[in-house]
Amino acid sequence: MPFKRYVEIGRVALVNYGKDYGKLVVIVDVVDQNRALVDAPDMVRGQMNFKRLTLTDITIDIPRVPKKKTLIEAMEKADVKNKWESSSWGRKLIVQKRRASLNDFDRFKLMLAKIKRSGVIKQELAKLKKENASSI
Amino acid sequence: MAAERKTPIKTRNPDLIRGVGKYSRSKMYHKRGLWAIKAKNGGVFPRHEPNPKPTTAVEKPPKFYPADDVKKPLLNKRKTKPTKLRASITPGTVLILLAGRFMGKRVVFLKQLSSGLLLVTGPFKINGVPLRRVNQSYVIATSTKIDISGVNLDKFDDKYFAKEVENKKKKTEGEFFEAEKEDKKKLPEDKKEDQKAVDAFLIKSIDGVPELKAYLAARFSLKSGMKPHELVF
Repeated sequence: MPFKRYVEIGRVALVNYGKDYGKLVVIVDVVDQNRALVDAPDMVRGQMNFKRLTLTDITIDIPRVPKKKTLIEAMEKADVKNKWESSSWGRKLIVQKRRASLNDFDRFKLMLAKIKRSGVIKQELAKLKKENASSI
Repeated sequence: MAAERKTPIKTRNPDLIRGVGKYSRSKMYHKRGLWAIKAKNGGVFPRHEPNPKPTTAVEKPPKFYPADDVKKPLLNKRKTKPTKLRASITPGTVLILLAGRFMGKRVVFLKQLSSGLLLVTGPFKINGVPLRRVNQSYVIATSTKIDISGVNLDKFDDKYFAKEVENKKKKTEGEFFEAEKEDKKKLPEDKKEDQKAVDAFLIKSIDGVPELKAYLAARFSLKSGMKPHELVF
């Protein structure tokens, strides 16, 4: 099983540990075997250990260590934000965040909605079962 | 003091360092103008007669001196303040009761009484919790708020909730051995009316929000997988 996601300049990664947990950053340079220089539109460019990064499928086209302005333009051109939010990984994170921020009242409304939905599904299932039973 | 100055005076004797003034006593005498006051008064500093002291009654020596010296306890002038209300609890907040008969019930907060306890109501029709006092520590405040601006809560205070004093009835021997005929304590009609008045307004506000009525009727409980320290209330 070959590797599919490589560490390269322009690779977008997710920070999985530390102060910037959950942020999307771009690898703009490689310091040594263990560390990379990362940058994001809303943070100061700095080094990070690879162990703190999880590589994503998204890459952007940038020269080595671009200026902040060029980085932002490249990210806009590659449409990183939308690609991320429409990917299944990105969508999962958004849902997790939403679930964690639910209020007690919201959780109650969610419970009612789930019950209602499963009720509708069970009705359909019962109908289909009856049709199946009658046809056999 | 005699005449009031319009502008506050700067000191006539500024400090060189703490405790040492710039001018000596004689210089200050001159600066203050005491010589001028004396001159006006004929070489003597003016002196006013003291106000006559009010005549106090003659105190008789006490008839009795106690054998031992008994220490008097120190005076305590502390005034208690009502408990500080958590910032998340404002009038109209939905609270979750954590202890007591109504454990788990979601309830509407009305106001904080002068004893520090929170005045709370179900509303009674929705979940059976009457107008009740509850301690802030036994409550989780949710972020759901209801508009209670139209309710008049002035008549509710700690005295309203005080227990009614029964007058003791003397028992004769015969009555003692009979089973005590206690008629169940009925809630006085006016308290029921108060409950209805407060709830009428609340129920209107609650009906305005979808599913809020069912929410208040249901009890809160921790289910599997819920971590209280991670839950947002």
